[in-house]
Amino acid sequence: MAAATLYDKLWDAHVVRYEGDTALLYIDRQLIHEVTSPQAFEGLRLHGRRPRRPEANLAVPDHNVPTTLRSAGIKDPVARLQVETLFRNCAEFGITLFGMDDPRQGIVHVIGPEEGFTLPGITMVCGDSHTSTHGAFGALAFGIGTSEVEHVLATQCLVQRKSKSMLISVDGDLGAGVTAKDVVLAIIGVIGTAGGTGHVIEFGGEAIRSLSMEGRMTVCNMAIEAGARAGLIGVDEKTVEYVRGRPLAPAGERFEQAAAYWRTLTSDPGAVFDREVHLDAAAIKPQVTWGTSPEMVVPVDGRVPDPDQIQDPVKADGVRRALAYMGLKPGMPIGEIRPDKVFIGSCTNSRIEDLRAAAEVVKGRKVADSIKLAMVVPGSGPVKQQAESEGLDLIFREAGFEWREPGCSMCLAMNADRLGPGERCASTSNRNFEGRQGHGGRTHLVSPAMAAAAAVAGHFVDVRDL
Amino acid sequence: MQPFSDFTGIVCPLDRSNVDTDAIIPKQFLKSIQRTGFGPNLFDEWRYLDLGEPGRDNSGRPLNPEFVLNDPRYAGASILLTRSNFGCGSSREHAPWALADYGFKVILAESFADIFFNNCFGNGILPVVLDGPVIDRLFAQATGPQALRIHVDLQGQTLTLGNGEVIPFDVHPYRKHCLLLGLDEIGQTLQHADAITAYEERRRREAPWLFG
Repeated sequence: MAAATLYDKLWDAHVVRYEGDTALLYIDRQLIHEVTSPQAFEGLRLHGRRPRRPEANLAVPDHNVPTTLRSAGIKDPVARLQVETLFRNCAEFGITLFGMDDPRQGIVHVIGPEEGFTLPGITMVCGDSHTSTHGAFGALAFGIGTSEVEHVLATQCLVQRKSKSMLISVDGDLGAGVTAKDVVLAIIGVIGTAGGTGHVIEFGGEAIRSLSMEGRMTVCNMAIEAGARAGLIGVDEKTVEYVRGRPLAPAGERFEQAAAYWRTLTSDPGAVFDREVHLDAAAIKPQVTWGTSPEMVVPVDGRVPDPDQIQDPVKADGVRRALAYMGLKPGMPIGEIRPDKVFIGSCTNSRIEDLRAAAEVVKGRKVADSIKLAMVVPGSGPVKQQAESEGLDLIFREAGFEWREPGCSMCLAMNADRLGPGERCASTSNRNFEGRQGHGGRTHLVSPAMAAAAAVAGHFVDVRDL
Repeated sequence: MQPFSDFTGIVCPLDRSNVDTDAIIPKQFLKSIQRTGFGPNLFDEWRYLDLGEPGRDNSGRPLNPEFVLNDPRYAGASILLTRSNFGCGSSREHAPWALADYGFKVILAESFADIFFNNCFGNGILPVVLDGPVIDRLFAQATGPQALRIHVDLQGQTLTLGNGEVIPFDVHPYRKHCLLLGLDEIGQTLQHADAITAYEERRRREAPWLFG
């Protein structure tokens, strides 16, 4: 048999039938949240359909939930109705739901792995583009639209064509203070936000293998920001040990049986990819985005580009527009950019390792006077609890950070956490699009350690120099 | 879904790359639990000078005269012309819902983001990928004093310009079939319920840990 990629193996294991080049692909698991599901459930009702396997779904409100006192409920009546609609739909269709007060509540892409709902070798979908996160487990995981959410509920399948495959190998060792977020931002800087379009990206190389599961999730999370259908990382002992003992993971003999299969989930030696990209890990520095697309990124010691130096007129125009929106001067050093707010959180960077990295920088320091708001939003109840048991909440609070309840929060600003017009944010989230964090808001994407460093310095600074 | 028929429409030129779904329909409108009514808030932050909120009457809001959708030449446009990587970002199907609700039936671009591309078909929107030079040429024509009109023939897979030029395009046969007949894709999949059941039985033996 020809050497197979990990993507080939996952794909082949889930094809129900083919019609020409179009497959009916079986979906093992679906995560559901309040924003992209109401119309899917309504569609089921209109057609008199029921979920094929209600137990294959797990629902949680995350986008719209307040990160302040939960017992006060949701003030915004439109958001409240949407969350209540999720509760009603899950009750009507027999789907497990973690409610707002459930200690397990959190961001879908944090709780899936945390609860052991995400497993190696599965196909997983969610009406959310950052579903690519779960590819860190050697699972084929991708975001879908609401019509497809309904399709999966009704049939447990999706109509799909196989994507092309890309290997991004980050070779060698990362320098001290350089994190998974810097790696993935550097990758997007190289291949661009459309670089992965039509592809499933497998991340490999020593630098990727050396990352923790949390770090791998950060990398796969942003595969979508490179335009990829999904991100993947092969299974190793770190993967297996992360899953062991999780509440919804198989246990005992079943676990060992599953783990034996999971360990086969790597690309075979000699497997051929449609495209390969190699990056030198040692050359990657802490990254900061300066524009309105994640590909508009430079190392922290770099400068904002000058559109007059760019040949391609469409590209130069894009840079000019981005600089105008961001309120930045061509050629200015990144270190002179001063954020008004700092946000540590989101499905990209709100796991325990992220909070530890930020706390280490913050410890014994104070948030700069020029920072109007610095906040930490843990990714889930268990992350929050773990952080508190380690005293991280105290470190953040003593430094002047706000310590909040779990949710998506200021990553997309659907709840009350948002930027005002013209406000600038050092953010550990995944998108710096115009208006993403609030109408007129300006986002700079960075790692948790770099966000913490900017909070205490009052401007962007290389965390390695602190 | 309504079957997709031939039509002739006005082309609205949106000369940007990487138009993301946050720009197509900002997050505050995602709180709706409906599938319809998003059209007035399509490109809300570019289209209006003030901040839009769900439930607000949009008719009296100040329009941004610089934004192409507000140019009288393109009133009633049903074909959107744009650059590369259109629809990147979030998976929100509210983006194609807003485009369809406004009246767009076809989007011409150099490339599309994957999830957005898939989301179009279920909502009766035909996304068409064209080569960069063709897109450049269409922009030149669409931004002239007279709006460009294009006749779209999905069955024949052609775009016909006012000057008689015919531009062929590719579309996947299954997508084309579903669009032309206005088929419910879930209904199509349910016709293969036996194959799904057979797959599940095999899978239950091979990977029992996935079945409780």
